[in-house]
Amino acid sequence: MNHHGARAAVPVALALLALGLLLVAVGAAVGSAGWEPLWSADGTPASAVLWEIRLPRTLGAWLAGALLGLAGAVAQGIFRNPLADPYLLGSATGAGLGVALLLALMGVSPLAAAGWPGRLGLAGAGFAGAVLAVLLTLALAKGVQHTLRLLLAGVIVGMVLGAIASLVMFWVPAVLRAMQSFLLGTTGLLGWPSVSLLAVVLVAGLVASLAFSRSLDALSLGEDTAASLGVALAPVRAALIGVMALATGAAVAQVGLIAFVGLVAPHLVRAATRATARWLLPLSALTGGALLLAADVLARGLLAPQELPVGVLTAVLGGGYLLWLMHRRPA
Amino acid sequence: MSTVAIAAERLHVTRGGVEVLRGLSVALPAGRWTAVVGPNGAGKTTLLKTLASLLPYQGEVRLMERDARAWSARERARQLAWLGQNEGAAHDLLAHDVVMLGRLPHQSWLGAASAADRAAVEAAMRETQCWDWRGRALGSLSGGERQRVLLARALAVRAPLLLMDEPLANLDPPHQADWLRIVRAHVQRGGTAVTVLHEITMALHADDMLVMEGGVIVHQGACSQPATHRALERVFQGRISVHAIAGQWVALPNEYVTVAPAPDGARGNAVAGEILR
Repeated sequence: MNHHGARAAVPVALALLALGLLLVAVGAAVGSAGWEPLWSADGTPASAVLWEIRLPRTLGAWLAGALLGLAGAVAQGIFRNPLADPYLLGSATGAGLGVALLLALMGVSPLAAAGWPGRLGLAGAGFAGAVLAVLLTLALAKGVQHTLRLLLAGVIVGMVLGAIASLVMFWVPAVLRAMQSFLLGTTGLLGWPSVSLLAVVLVAGLVASLAFSRSLDALSLGEDTAASLGVALAPVRAALIGVMALATGAAVAQVGLIAFVGLVAPHLVRAATRATARWLLPLSALTGGALLLAADVLARGLLAPQELPVGVLTAVLGGGYLLWLMHRRPA
Repeated sequence: MSTVAIAAERLHVTRGGVEVLRGLSVALPAGRWTAVVGPNGAGKTTLLKTLASLLPYQGEVRLMERDARAWSARERARQLAWLGQNEGAAHDLLAHDVVMLGRLPHQSWLGAASAADRAAVEAAMRETQCWDWRGRALGSLSGGERQRVLLARALAVRAPLLLMDEPLANLDPPHQADWLRIVRAHVQRGGTAVTVLHEITMALHADDMLVMEGGVIVHQGACSQPATHRALERVFQGRISVHAIAGQWVALPNEYVTVAPAPDGARGNAVAGEILR
């Protein structure tokens, strides 16, 4: 009797896993010249491209999407608002500012930065910027007690850091081109180190957020009710904001500003199943992964050998879905 | 001499820079139903929330004769169930999952629901007659149906102390009568109920009444006592009066009472003038 939600959730989880695997196979097969055979003879250049470029990029896109989906579900849970998204506390603009500053100081473009040090340096700057922005938001909001104050502080931090990043780009126009690929979102810079990093953060984030899944359910009944049920609001909120900041920061640092995935993934899950947080969190991660990877495959394949910025594609698809949702459900 | 379920001493509570409770002391007896009544802004909800340890306060709250601050959150949650007004949305949760949240203080961390949990949930949902839509999402229910699910959530805690703020919101008359029966049954099982109610006639069904005005308690007494009725009529400025009808106490509005200019007399006069015109 207790498992109405769970009974519906298991097939959805299996379907999403299968979809993810299918997309990984497709993603590995889509190259600069469109469809290419997956299995060529060993030792040919084709397999090097597959192993060194396409596979990490494909897995990394799925992982980054999963992190955004998870962060979105956590954000919508703690802020008790279906329109909350992972970038709410300023992490996106913080990452943007971090990358812009590093580019301006080092005078390198990410594509020119040869090898892993350059790429990881940029990712590190983005991650540090994202985490610092969230810490700044928390400081301005004087802690996690008031969700409305947190939201406002997040908006303020986002605007101010965004303005500073724009100023950096204005002063150092050489940065502009490189920044654009970050702002539009790109999976082109993902390598194996990124993949392992994203995987570690995803597992840690899932474990940590699942530990608080009951508290998230209780929170949906209101903060007073949750507190009356023995939920310690401040520590729970702090831990979940930590999960959200780390997951978002890791994803944004690796793939740039991917729009809408974190916002839409939990909505898609809720449309398919009425699950408690225990299921909503992992299902949102699976959905986010499938969404970003599907968008990435499309972005690579649609105009091959030209490549669309994947963030543009997720924005168009996500916006379209929300519009459809809005018209289907009259207010 | 009955034991005290929950008590407060020299309670000061400030909300948004305004002192809502001003040095209030009260003791609520166990095994009885106390209704908290008073005009808007009297501090009823603030008192109830403070008793439930949901607001920061100065002074002392004693739960079961022990300082409320000395209880762990989980222990307290097993002793005291809370039903607030206009709280969460939880649109996407199933009614059964919502009621199961009432078992949170009894379950181990991440532990699955036990047979006792499921039995408590089913009993609570049958008591408020919402078992039939246990598989429906809260957002798909009407306001009254949702309120019955939320009431079942509070009952599922099986706490001896039940604190409810405006629990009758959205309930139609038959379900208001059912609610009375549910609270009465809770008290007969030895439980204690404290409710904030705007409908004075419903509040008069309680055992005791706590009449509040301006952040202090102006009267505490049995609902059947004339002194309680007079205190009620006084805090509502004579605009209601208590009558005995069909063996029950009933509060009826006095339509044509002109209110003497008090601190907010201008508003009272305007209302009276509106009625008389």
